[in-house]
Amino acid sequence: MSDHSLETDLAPAGTVAVVGASAPLGEIQTEEAQKSSFYESGLEVEVRSQWTYARRRFFRHRLAVASLVVLTVILLAGAFASWVAPYPYDGIDLDAAGTAPTLSGGHIFGTDLLGRDYFSRVIYGIRTTERVAFLVAILAVVIGTGIGMVAGYYGRWVDNGLMRITDLVLTLPGLAVLLTAAAFLGKGSPYRVAVILALLFWTTLARLVRGQFLSLREKEYVDAAKAAGAGDLRIMFRHMLPNSLGPIIVFGTLILGIAILTEAALSFLGFGIQPPTPALGKLIADGQDVSQSMWWLVLCPGLTIVLIVLCVNFVGDGLRDALDPTQRIRA
Amino acid sequence: MRSTRRSGFVPDPLLSIRDLTVDFATEDGVVHAVQGVTYDVYPGETLGIVGESGSGKSVSMLAVLGLIPQPPGKIVRGDASFKGRNLMQMPNDELRQLRGGEMAMIFQDPMTSLNPVLAVGFQISEAIIAHNSDVGAEKARERGIELLDLVGVPNPDQRYDQFPHEFSGGMRQRAMIAMAIANSPSMLIADEPTTALDVTIQAQIIEVLKAAQRETQAATILITHDLGLVAELADRVVVMYAGRVVESGDVYTIFANPRHPYTVGLMESLPGLTVGDESLQPIPGQPPSLISLPPGCAFHPRCSLSNGRPRCRTEVPELHETGHPEHWSACHFLAELEGYKSKLVTEAIG
Amino acid sequence: MLAYILRRILYSIPVLIAASFLIFTMVSAFGDPMSELRLNPLVSKQTLEKQAEEKHLNDPIPVRYGYWVKDAVTNKFGTPLFVNEPIWNDLKRVIPHTIALVVCAELLALLFGVAIGIYSAIRQYSPFDYAATTFSFLGFAMPVFWLALMLQIGFTNLFISTHVRIFYTSGLSSVDPGTGPHWLLDRAQHLAIPVMVLAVLNIAVYSRYMRASLLEVVNTDYVRTARAKGLTEQRVTIRHAVRNALTPVVTLSALSFGALIGGAIITESIFQLDGMGNYFIQNLLSQDVYPVMAWLMITAIMIILFNLIADILYGILDPRVRYE
Repeated sequence: MSDHSLETDLAPAGTVAVVGASAPLGEIQTEEAQKSSFYESGLEVEVRSQWTYARRRFFRHRLAVASLVVLTVILLAGAFASWVAPYPYDGIDLDAAGTAPTLSGGHIFGTDLLGRDYFSRVIYGIRTTERVAFLVAILAVVIGTGIGMVAGYYGRWVDNGLMRITDLVLTLPGLAVLLTAAAFLGKGSPYRVAVILALLFWTTLARLVRGQFLSLREKEYVDAAKAAGAGDLRIMFRHMLPNSLGPIIVFGTLILGIAILTEAALSFLGFGIQPPTPALGKLIADGQDVSQSMWWLVLCPGLTIVLIVLCVNFVGDGLRDALDPTQRIRA
Repeated sequence: MRSTRRSGFVPDPLLSIRDLTVDFATEDGVVHAVQGVTYDVYPGETLGIVGESGSGKSVSMLAVLGLIPQPPGKIVRGDASFKGRNLMQMPNDELRQLRGGEMAMIFQDPMTSLNPVLAVGFQISEAIIAHNSDVGAEKARERGIELLDLVGVPNPDQRYDQFPHEFSGGMRQRAMIAMAIANSPSMLIADEPTTALDVTIQAQIIEVLKAAQRETQAATILITHDLGLVAELADRVVVMYAGRVVESGDVYTIFANPRHPYTVGLMESLPGLTVGDESLQPIPGQPPSLISLPPGCAFHPRCSLSNGRPRCRTEVPELHETGHPEHWSACHFLAELEGYKSKLVTEAIG
Repeated sequence: MLAYILRRILYSIPVLIAASFLIFTMVSAFGDPMSELRLNPLVSKQTLEKQAEEKHLNDPIPVRYGYWVKDAVTNKFGTPLFVNEPIWNDLKRVIPHTIALVVCAELLALLFGVAIGIYSAIRQYSPFDYAATTFSFLGFAMPVFWLALMLQIGFTNLFISTHVRIFYTSGLSSVDPGTGPHWLLDRAQHLAIPVMVLAVLNIAVYSRYMRASLLEVVNTDYVRTARAKGLTEQRVTIRHAVRNALTPVVTLSALSFGALIGGAIITESIFQLDGMGNYFIQNLLSQDVYPVMAWLMITAIMIILFNLIADILYGILDPRVRYE
């Protein structure tokens, strides 16, 4: 007679059923012993197997994997912009002014009125974008998760209060608030912009995490942990958070994409990152005045943004299938 | 109401299933949910189909009714005929007319089986109107209230317009039964009708089912894992394991003189009546995965009769007559169980 | 049902009040209303001080809040700095234009989004489904302003090369739009591209959501019951499946007003439309605090209103919610 450990990714939060007694036939473990060995060993097996299973699932998605590769290339190009870009960001070359994109001659994205190579400018823009976007995503995730955890775990009054605050933030139109904040608080530094963006994006994530924690709270292993004397923080971080990581990660990638688009909109309108820091939105804005004749100044940076966000979304989709296969993410 | 077929006259079966085989394509492989299932249902009788989860008891019924979605599912082969009409070859429209009309089904969980945003009464009338196009809305409503009354829902005219979440679990199941008998079916299929309900409510629902049987004189197929339910309601029993029929016969014989190790195990695992110190005797092991079934007899890894004999491991047993009338068992060594009396009998006697 | 509606309305009121306080504090804390003016050498110190007195700028924030509310209610949101025109007059002019834009875009998005979603779900994995999914992903990845610009460039160049004017690429109306149907056609031609741009993102969202929702509903027990009752496939799909799947999409739509306003800000500034969005940007650029606050307040009221509508719609569509 063998004993089985079943992995099921059908059960919420990847609970593992340990079936069959590991004790020899006839011996009955005391209920406490059973519970604690199940609890301790079950949890370890669960976390390990869930990740390997998820990784396998992710790599089955060719589109997601391809997007990940493309994204890595782009991000590296941005990070090492000064080496990758063929021309300097402000390299004025009046002789080559206003040329359309050509494959030969080194101006893949064409040049603007001042002869600056747009491909290089775009690469520098990517560098700024990736800094801001990652910062926004990380901040929003940290804040949102923190608040969501507290709201979901403690419930009742704490939950109510925090959710009212989120509601309040949501009654204000996002972009408008961002613009207002940016207009008055000072545009300029990418880090300031990132912080402002993060302060708006945390709300939906907080709702998501809160929902997760509210339902996880009812799980038996939480009771078991409490009975074993674990403190609140330990329970939240060690037991509940790992089970919520799936949707959080997926939502994080969503936020990443939205952050990129929003930052671009802000710098396009002139309220985001200010020159001389390169910004993709600004590049498009620069091209707006001469868009009739030099349409590539609008097309190329835009296509770049589309490509980046597309890849981010595909990766996010792949992650969702890998980490959250049967449930829809509910905010 | 027990049918009496001991007179020797055997009428034509109402429903005949022959060699039904259903597969499901899943990410992890092909699930062989139902393999070569064969049984009959006679008019007016109550047939109990017994088995644990995954035995294929529900899937075989759903396949017969045409309720298995054919992309992931696939009826690989098999025949099913209802009143002589071949269900597998029937065009969809015809089959649809039979569903809810002559063949009606009651599902397990009444909370999820009723549309939460539509009034309960409306859902009952819908069933009526779908099969009787000449019946107007008013008449259908009247009939719906009548039906709710029949199944024992208090204040039926008020309850008719309420929503499922305003009903209790037992009342919802009553409404489901009302919906099923709305068009006087000749065959009623109850898929785990009491499993999702509290024990005290279960007894009530069983009474409702009996009333429904009396009202419609329909043959009833009772799909369940609850042996007590089967003992109380069924005339004949079909035992399923891992997608196959392993034993079939009338209810007394199955309970008193089972001739398949699995059925024996089931009977032995029932708590004894004698007040005593016996520990429970579960069947050791777990049901097999339907994706990778053990070769030969699906039960052999857990079978105490088999004892590892090679024939069990290599040859899939077919249903054989046991020597008793209408009592079939799919075991190579059923003869060795001759004379076995289950503890229900021994306890009653001794 | 009525009780449910009343409860939702009652709940909205404190939110409204809290929002107004938040807006006021946020904007006042951010910007010194007169910072731009201080930099202007032409403005004398006395003028500045007089304005400060008039607008109670030297008082603590809660007091200023009180004055602001009073001003808003009695004097149509007061006046911007140095200008004696009530803010409300401007707002009154621009709000309808934006409403027209937003409502048209949303109706278009719902129509196409739901239809595409349903068809994608019914014909899962078909070429149509894949095409729709690709389109959705593109829609999620495109910056609104970029799409607007590209369309603007495209249609302008089209006009320049062919002299055929399909859609206008800027402004709300031509110089002499005529009356009646001519006016309507002219306005439609001007709003067409902005409406399309605004609708694209929501079409992508709703089609994905509808598809997922319908696929989920189609596998529920109650749809199986509906089939078991012998209902026609058409009735099962529409009366039971789509009906239930539609609920989250419809409420999502009502809740997306805030995002649409953001989109409107961008589209109006690109297409030079005289709407709320453009008004907002202009005042933001000139750092004029009072119009900005008034604008935010009006928008918050509209959002709360739409949230209310979403709640009511949800109560109509899903009876379970009414008894919370």
